[in-house]
Amino acid sequence: MQKLGDFKLPHFFNYPPYFTLQPVRDTREKQVQLWKDLILDYCRTQKIFVIGLEEDFALFSNPVIERSLSHEAREAFLSALVSEGRAEWLDKGHRKCLILWHRVQDWADIIFRFVKDNGLEDSVMTVEEIRSGIESRGTELHGIDRTILMRALRVLEQKGKLAIFKGTSADDEGVKFSM
Amino acid sequence: MATNYLPKADLTSSGRPVFLPNEIECSILSSVDLECDDIPNFPLLKSGLLILTTHRLLWLPDNNSSTSTSSAAVALPLSFVTHIFSTKKSVKTLFHSPRVRFQASLDSSKSVVMTVVMRGKGDTDAFLAKFWENWRARAWENDVQTQTQGAVGSSSVSGSGPGSGSGGFYTREGAVRMVGVSGILRKEQEMWESTDKSLQEAFQDLNALMLRLGQLLGCSRSVSVYFLSAPQSKAKEMVILAEKMRQKLLSGSNSKSSATNDDEVGSKEEMQDWLLSVGIVSPVTKESAGALYHQQLSRQLADYVRIPLERAGGMINLIDVYCLFNRARGTELISPDDLLRACSLWEKFDVPVMLRKFDSGVMVIQNKSHSDEEVFARIKALVTNPDTLRTGISASDAAMTLGIAPGMAKEHLLTAESKGLVCRDISPDGFRFYINLFPEINTDDVYLSACAMCLGSKKPLHLHLGVPHTFTNSEKNHELEGERLWDL
Repeated sequence: MQKLGDFKLPHFFNYPPYFTLQPVRDTREKQVQLWKDLILDYCRTQKIFVIGLEEDFALFSNPVIERSLSHEAREAFLSALVSEGRAEWLDKGHRKCLILWHRVQDWADIIFRFVKDNGLEDSVMTVEEIRSGIESRGTELHGIDRTILMRALRVLEQKGKLAIFKGTSADDEGVKFSM
Repeated sequence: MATNYLPKADLTSSGRPVFLPNEIECSILSSVDLECDDIPNFPLLKSGLLILTTHRLLWLPDNNSSTSTSSAAVALPLSFVTHIFSTKKSVKTLFHSPRVRFQASLDSSKSVVMTVVMRGKGDTDAFLAKFWENWRARAWENDVQTQTQGAVGSSSVSGSGPGSGSGGFYTREGAVRMVGVSGILRKEQEMWESTDKSLQEAFQDLNALMLRLGQLLGCSRSVSVYFLSAPQSKAKEMVILAEKMRQKLLSGSNSKSSATNDDEVGSKEEMQDWLLSVGIVSPVTKESAGALYHQQLSRQLADYVRIPLERAGGMINLIDVYCLFNRARGTELISPDDLLRACSLWEKFDVPVMLRKFDSGVMVIQNKSHSDEEVFARIKALVTNPDTLRTGISASDAAMTLGIAPGMAKEHLLTAESKGLVCRDISPDGFRFYINLFPEINTDDVYLSACAMCLGSKKPLHLHLGVPHTFTNSEKNHELEGERLWDL
């Protein structure tokens, strides 16, 4: 079976029509579904948060069969994810796409559990500490995209579970949990 | 019993009359009654199609109108006609439909007067003139002569040389001006004969030259043998070569009688047969059919296209038909627009063929009985072949296997694609089609197999199309097969 790093690719990855945007509706729906699943799956295991359409993305080409997705196809598959709330365009030109293999609400739940598990209910952390601190090591939060993290924190803030404030250093923000 | 008086005329399936050999249509009029007051129970031949040919006067029931088609088509050979009355212009003729009267002897004993009543639009005078002309020309007698002489291109048609046609269907000498492929063949035969004649004359000159050369040679031998030996051998060679050529030409021209088993002769005969088999002796022309041109053309086309359709496997490109049809017509070529109009008229007639337009705009003619299912079955067999499963097929691959034109094959593949049978692959290698495996892929199982920690059963690419015979029901084999096919 073909692999991409430690990621096991499905069999149909070597099926050439998989890389051509299918014009027939039923066929295309199935193709889009398979691509959505594969993109989410790959991003989750590889911890990829942003896909640049104009950059090389391992999944979008298969050197074994010498096929790669056209720009139109890439945009079509990512747009399908966007319409399901599993991705967001980061710019108007649709050049960068944020992949939400967990929805923002799910990320908020993960943070909530992380705080509970580590007994941090009333403590203060910087945003950067959540992303790369000792506490988050080994959890899904480790290395999380900053944009997603801020969005999840804001969800919790609205529920009154925490407060975000400007930290002492200009480039970081602090979080005061109150769960 | 009603049609006892007049011989029945045979019609093709699309409603065109079956013509006699060398018979040519000259005029067609619609809404015509054929009456005969001399016979008390003469059949009611009302409001039909009247076709004047070089040999006969045909009356066909109008099967477009809603009225019953009880009366059958009849034919009156022009040889039965004994007299054609000229029309008298009077006040009376201004008020009723124009008519043409003529005398005919239906059986040898007595003559009857018959009347053609023209209720539709049409040039009565022109019809009368053509009727007169054809009757006087006695084309049927030429046929008898030709048959008794038993040779193609005999003296009876020798007047049909190029440039002798004056616009009508007859040359000034009275012989039938040939149209269509048979006309061309006849002209070619005449050309062969004249070429042969002039060639023989030329060789006589050459022989004389050789004689002179021999004399010259005798005189000058003493001067220089060496100098002249070369030209002499050259000239001899030339004569031998020319003689060979002449033999070949001669054997070509009387291929039927001479028993030379030359390959070339065989192929020429074959070619001739082939050309004749597709030729249309009496093409529908604007001149003969007038306002009914497209309708009649449409019927003739429906009759003609049957054989090419059969050969092409039930579907044929409109462009191909255009070429074939015009070649069969030989001289009276039609425009693409006429062809299209003729095809569009098929919807109104009961003919076994139809015009079909593909989504891409490509137009074809196909049998009404033709079904895409059969083509799909063949495409399916083609794309599920163990070799093509991996490489897919291009339109030209399909064209070769299906025995059809590449453009046609692509239309079939695109239709098969829209039905979900195949799917496309566009790459720098070109546009290819693969068997559509998308519906076969189980989304849940793919998830499992894509995960590093996949457990239990997984069924990738469940290829139950049954072509690779190594497939078994065992899931393990399914997986192996999937890997064999899509992993390298």
